[in-house]
Amino acid sequence: MTTEPITQGGLSRGGVPLIDGVEKVTGRARYTADLEHAGALVGRILRSPVSHGEIIRLDVSRARALEGVEAIVTGDDCDLTYGVLPIAMNEYPMARGRVRYRGEPIAAIAAVDAETAERALHLIELELRELPAYYTSEDSRKPGATLLHDNKAGNLEREVHNEFGDWRQGFETADLVRDIKVNCAEINHAQIEPHACLMDYDPITDRLTVQSVSQVGYYLHLMLARCLRMKEAQIRVVKPFVGGGFGARVEVLNFEIITALLARAAASKVLMRLTREETFLTHRARPQTDVTLRIGMRRDGRFTACACEVVQRGGAYAGYGIVTILYAGALLQGLYDIPAIKYDGYRVYTNLPPCGAMRGHGSVDMRHTFECLVDRMARELGLDPFSVRRANLLQAPTRTLNDLMVNSYGLAECLDKVERASRWRERAGRMPPGKGLGMACSHYVSGSAKPIHFTGEPHAVVNLRLDFDGGITALTGAADIGQGSSTMVAIAVAETLDIPLDRIRVIAGDSAITPKDNGAYSSRITFMVGNAAIDAARHMKAVLVAAAARKLEARPEQVECIGGTFRVGAGDQSALPFADVVAAALVDEGAITVKGTFTCPPESQGGKHRGGAVGSTMGFSYAAQVVEVDIDDATGLVTIAKVWVALDCGHAINPLAVVGQIEGSVWMGMGQALCEETRYLEGLPAHASFLEYRMPTMAESPPIEVHIVESHDPFGPFGAKEASEGALAGFPPAMVNAIANAIGIDFDELPVTPDRVVEALIQRRRKAKLTRISKAAS
Amino acid sequence: MHAPAPQRTMRLLKLKLNGRIREDAVAEGELLVDYLREVAHLTGVKTGCDGGECGACTVLIDDEPVPSCIVLAVRCEGRHVETIEGLTRHGKLNRLQRAFHEKLGAQCGFCTPGMIMAAEGLLRRNASPSDEEIRSALAGNLCRCTGYVKILESVKSATEANHDD
Repeated sequence: MTTEPITQGGLSRGGVPLIDGVEKVTGRARYTADLEHAGALVGRILRSPVSHGEIIRLDVSRARALEGVEAIVTGDDCDLTYGVLPIAMNEYPMARGRVRYRGEPIAAIAAVDAETAERALHLIELELRELPAYYTSEDSRKPGATLLHDNKAGNLEREVHNEFGDWRQGFETADLVRDIKVNCAEINHAQIEPHACLMDYDPITDRLTVQSVSQVGYYLHLMLARCLRMKEAQIRVVKPFVGGGFGARVEVLNFEIITALLARAAASKVLMRLTREETFLTHRARPQTDVTLRIGMRRDGRFTACACEVVQRGGAYAGYGIVTILYAGALLQGLYDIPAIKYDGYRVYTNLPPCGAMRGHGSVDMRHTFECLVDRMARELGLDPFSVRRANLLQAPTRTLNDLMVNSYGLAECLDKVERASRWRERAGRMPPGKGLGMACSHYVSGSAKPIHFTGEPHAVVNLRLDFDGGITALTGAADIGQGSSTMVAIAVAETLDIPLDRIRVIAGDSAITPKDNGAYSSRITFMVGNAAIDAARHMKAVLVAAAARKLEARPEQVECIGGTFRVGAGDQSALPFADVVAAALVDEGAITVKGTFTCPPESQGGKHRGGAVGSTMGFSYAAQVVEVDIDDATGLVTIAKVWVALDCGHAINPLAVVGQIEGSVWMGMGQALCEETRYLEGLPAHASFLEYRMPTMAESPPIEVHIVESHDPFGPFGAKEASEGALAGFPPAMVNAIANAIGIDFDELPVTPDRVVEALIQRRRKAKLTRISKAAS
Repeated sequence: MHAPAPQRTMRLLKLKLNGRIREDAVAEGELLVDYLREVAHLTGVKTGCDGGECGACTVLIDDEPVPSCIVLAVRCEGRHVETIEGLTRHGKLNRLQRAFHEKLGAQCGFCTPGMIMAAEGLLRRNASPSDEEIRSALAGNLCRCTGYVKILESVKSATEANHDD
């Protein structure tokens, strides 16, 4: 089979397959549940059967007496809270005295086999006194409601109130002011790999070896040291292959700490594999959100002001909640030029599993609402949706009202590309009945410019090692969770050194070997780790060039390196192959290790207002998309016929992977728009399987035509920015706008399920009938 | 929350596994997925759900793609069970494995073994399926990374590949 060179995303380049792809397609890749676990104990967790209650009695003595039970731990075994934000750690690995959601861990068992562990679970005696429980933000915020956390009045985890510019005057000078209130359902990451971890504790050396599904090995390391009161140096965190994340694993999860506690208590190795139901219960995904938005617009489509209120139903504990509610406000900015902005955010505690970060963190539901309202106002003013967006473009470089840097900005080109590709001008407004076109824009950060744990260290460090074999080993803590970050590191090194990719191997995510990395979140890896990898490769190149210069008896600045051959001038006699240069570099020196770093400077770290660091980044990605829908008015089924999407990722380091990420994020936005929703019945999840939590199958998934826009960011690695999150938030509004275009009905709820469509069509027919009757009567 | 423990009555199971005959003592209630992973150490077979929902554990039983989490191991007596590990022969990737690798049909890779086995089952009964036939044959295999675009491209590319590869 000859492989044709395939180009990707409309570029002239194709990119390369993942460097760990062969392991994945052969089944050799070992995910956490696949690791060698001979002799390991099996862990199981006892979970709360009620949504809110006090623990009156917890007696594990009968369970402990069962033969084959090696350890039991409860809330008594860890009196330290854990959490992702140092200022909001209000959760114990296992409940102490009080449970706040159905499914919260109370105790855990390590036994010789699963059967014994499950029998032992039933022998634990638990008595609870139920407390009032709240399942909506509204109920939880009512005066007199029982507080979930004593220090949080009104069950509010965080209120945010920001004003930028004169928004009152903005609304006064507008030709049109409109409001919208949108309800977006809670959704879940639903990565296909269920949660799992393997914790190996050696009592003789007091060492803990950790393998887990985490996207944030470093935070896991810190939290295990804290909760087990161990020295960090006694812990090693190793990342196996990870079966997807999307934010599910960007904070340390209760089962990881629980399993480590079990391993130490049992002085053994413990394998914990959560069921799919438990994986859903562990949650930490996108909260149910109510967005109320007002936009002021001039007749020509120019924004004058916007005011936005966001209420997020956060669940029982803090998690990333503060960051999520801040993101929703911060990312009102950075996409368009809006002269004045008011934002009010409320993150509410409820008796449901805790929400957290999910792809497009905090921005998606706000962006959905914004893009829907812009379209409705454009319709009212008789403006084309594209021209309204074009009337409000930013000019890079600039700073937003909330002091976020915009260093490169390819949105205009994204708009041009999808307008042309979808043949918008020829087709919009001329679609047959039941079919429609809609569009929307979105953006996202390329890594948070201010880290969660401020230590003064660089944002990213990469080590490169070169030894006698002439192979270069890149060592990075960056967690490859399927997005291709290890491949990106290999390409960055190979291109900088101008040597073939197969000379590079990447070792990622082992705290004993690789430099610390903050993890795979906020789309930070390409931007930060990519820059660090280039920096390291430049240092390595300097070492090699110096060695070649010595050998060629030339000055280093005279030496050129092309395709792994070092030469002075054009003559072949002065050409040194790579192996000879490596040998020369090792003389008197031995194995060479160099380091590269990357740091986001203080001026990139956002405004000085409270919470102003959230949303700050060195580079925003930009996206525009057009969605074509087809609606069956009998069944209410919305079919997505096709999606055209353009994303400005600055520069596509690996076009193949960039296109894959864009397709995946658009599709994930489609799931949220069409069918995904987590519902609870009195706190009991009604969705905790892949049958109830409906994500689109291959049969329902449309063709997605991707166009890459390269705006060449001045600070990105080779000019690159993120490509994995920016396009997600544009899908739901583009689809809702397309539905309005098709059937003339505006939907204010996500997901737009068939029953909602049918109900809206019935309502409209009923209204039309009543109008006819009343006209006839008058 | 967890399935009840299987019965411990053991039986001798003789089957062909990835082209080789083997015999093992298995519990009567043991699921095929557990036999493959825990006894035969074929961990390319993945578990993604609590039973029959995601397709990650798909294997071929006598050329038919089946989720191995809803089949008892003892039901495979005398039959030929193939897993992802069996597709790589003589140090060469199978046409689907190669296509999934080159076309980025795999991102995180967790659904990939099941996806490839379902596609292999399809190609054995239909050498040149249409897009709709591919979409319908793989609709029981969930992927959360790709949006299925590159999976479709991978399967199509494999159908165009020479059978000798």
